[in-house]
Amino acid sequence: MKRLLAFSALLANLMLMACATWAQGGGELRFCLRTEPKTLNPLQAADDASETIRYLTGGVLVRVNRLTQELEPELATSWKVTDKGQTITFQLREGLRFSDGTPFSADDVAYTMRQLMDPALHSPTGDAFRAGEGKVETRTLNKNRVAITFPAPVAGLDRLFDQVAIMSATSSQKELAVLGPYYVAENKAGAYLILKRNANYWKKDPDGRPLPRIESIRLEIQTNRDIEVLRLVRGEITFINSIDAEYFDKIVSQDPAMAHDAGPSLDSEQIWFNQVANSPLPAYKKVWFTSTKFRRAISESINRQDMVRIAFRGHAVPAIGLVSPANKFWFNAGLQLHPFDTKSALQRLAEDGFKLQDGVLRDRDGYAVEFSVITNSGNKYRERMAAMIQQDLSQVGIKLNIVTLDFPSLIERITRTFDYEACLLGFVNDELDPDAQMTVWLSSAENHQWNPNQKTPATAWEAEIDKLMHDQASTTDPKKRKAAFDKVQQIAWEQEPFIYLVNKNALSAVSPSVHNVHPAVLRPQVYWNIDQLWLSGEVARNH
Amino acid sequence: MKWARTAAIVFLVISGGACVLANFVAPAPYARQFREDPDAPPSRQHLLGTDDLGRDRLSRLLYGTRVSLLLAPAAALFSTLLAALVGGVAGFAGGWLQRSVMAATDLFLSLPWLFLLISVRAMLPLNVSPIVSIMITFALLGCLGWAGAARVVCADVSTLSQSDFMLLARASGSGGLRLLWLQLVPNLKPILYAQFWISVPVFILTEANLGILGLGVTEPLPSWGGLLRELQGFSTLTGQWWQFVPLTLFVMVVSSFHLVLTKEELL
Repeated sequence: MKRLLAFSALLANLMLMACATWAQGGGELRFCLRTEPKTLNPLQAADDASETIRYLTGGVLVRVNRLTQELEPELATSWKVTDKGQTITFQLREGLRFSDGTPFSADDVAYTMRQLMDPALHSPTGDAFRAGEGKVETRTLNKNRVAITFPAPVAGLDRLFDQVAIMSATSSQKELAVLGPYYVAENKAGAYLILKRNANYWKKDPDGRPLPRIESIRLEIQTNRDIEVLRLVRGEITFINSIDAEYFDKIVSQDPAMAHDAGPSLDSEQIWFNQVANSPLPAYKKVWFTSTKFRRAISESINRQDMVRIAFRGHAVPAIGLVSPANKFWFNAGLQLHPFDTKSALQRLAEDGFKLQDGVLRDRDGYAVEFSVITNSGNKYRERMAAMIQQDLSQVGIKLNIVTLDFPSLIERITRTFDYEACLLGFVNDELDPDAQMTVWLSSAENHQWNPNQKTPATAWEAEIDKLMHDQASTTDPKKRKAAFDKVQQIAWEQEPFIYLVNKNALSAVSPSVHNVHPAVLRPQVYWNIDQLWLSGEVARNH
Repeated sequence: MKWARTAAIVFLVISGGACVLANFVAPAPYARQFREDPDAPPSRQHLLGTDDLGRDRLSRLLYGTRVSLLLAPAAALFSTLLAALVGGVAGFAGGWLQRSVMAATDLFLSLPWLFLLISVRAMLPLNVSPIVSIMITFALLGCLGWAGAARVVCADVSTLSQSDFMLLARASGSGGLRLLWLQLVPNLKPILYAQFWISVPVFILTEANLGILGLGVTEPLPSWGGLLRELQGFSTLTGQWWQFVPLTLFVMVVSSFHLVLTKEELL
């Protein structure tokens, strides 16, 4: 009897310990949004804050694993792309429910697609699917099977569904009924949002226990990054998703365990010259800026390694081309970094008729080479980069004037008046697929910054890029797409319409109280596996 | 407090002297980047260390102080003269002219200066050297900074016009310019001095604010605004004393101007 009692007590203890361990789930994860979300409708999310809410609350058919960059099943158990990329068929999971209890079926996918492609909604997510004129047809083949047909092939079609949060066709809560791990429980405008754990979330851990483990998420609106860092250090928030190099170093000096450097991100910083034919620049400067040799010489005169070491404190890598090495599949590994070589730069300039006389570079007509670069005011990194480029270019006799402008004035100059000579800015890239770069690399595109909205390509190499971008977009064969886009990268590397400078590292800071964190270079860097995170007991209890 | 005023004057003279002689005193060119030594602590080579781009802090402080100390008084002188002209004429003429000018002055005062400066700065040609750029900035400050002082001058001129000595001068046959030049201007001097000394730190601060917004002096020319930007943000609060030298100097110079002003008020 005593043995039985002792065994029972041991068993009870073990069960209590197991329960206690699991109870360390729960708690509240806290982090900051830098602006208030503009919308809670996942189909209209365009700003960072709205996308954060979409990621945390939205259930998607497929999800890009932020670490492996591979596509993984979510609400869909399998999918198939057919008709050369025009049709995609999803097999859906059975028995799922939205956060409000309404059942999930193929009708919800059809409803979401109708909403997404409704021109009246102006959905930024929907724009990625618009490949041609005509309607998108969605057929519910049965309760758990749905086929979506587009009027024209869509490149990288399956991956685009990573951004499409499925909405309920029948719920009275509309977009607030979700299939993701959390739902919006409270929204205090301008102050905070509270997300609560979705009890109907479909995922379970390997032991069959329901996910997510963290009970709630408090998102505080905090525009000041200094305060955000101070709050992290004080333990008032649990992580900062993306952090600048200086703050990162500060955190490293205080608590190295909090700092995470995931390596180069998809984002790039670059400089480009105004090549717009009807811009109000003097003709001789237009000749400089449209010369490939001139652009290549400028590129070779810039010491990118110093830029990485000094301006970014080592938390960046010199940029090779338009695709960051962080983009595992699409990066053209055959390209090499443009060397820092002033001799080679001067040789290229000499071939173009430039001469270095008494420390001043002059073109063939005797004009001293002097130009200005504009960048947005208040960005320390860009101002530092510009100052470093200024000193680098002075070594080849070029005088660079740096002008910092408020952002609206800068945008006005680069998109409407074209009254600028060179511009230093960065691109924030979220998408891995080259299709997302169509708006930059097609000569007719608005964001073809050096010479936008061309009726016909101004140069042969731009015409070639146009062709290659269309080629890669019109096939679903990954090999053919990669070959075409590799060639685009090669041409961009040779012509340097954008002189790529650096790819910043993806830096984040996470409290050691958050477990199972594996920061990635893709957004959202820290909480991409939000349903797998958990808080250590003390934090979970205190919060 | 006499000793304090004397100390302030001595300090301003020494600071001014060091800045004027920056070309000879500065250990390195202000724009030169010692890229192997960014953010270096004070050493024999760099007495105040180097900034984030490896530029010698002492050299940048000397040149930056020169920019701010030479151009701020010039802008202050210009705005004070403008204020004397506008306020003097309005106060002396009185009546509808005074009311109209003061209404225009009030309107001018209500303009959002900072946005105006940002807009004007954005409209300037891009290829101007940093020195021309900073001169334009201070010229703008001078052009925009007269309104407050003009109100004070107008009120003072109005009071002086009604005073007994002015009545006596008029009765003695003085009028027009003679009355203005011989009677009014000498009595306005203390208030004009005061307005001048008040304007100097105000303009220095405005340039510093523009610098913090990244819209002040362009690289690589240093100014107090640019130097103070380093202290913006949590990341800079490292407790390294040499980072706070520009701020200390700035506070001391502005305080010195105010101590000198006290002397002028007593005139």
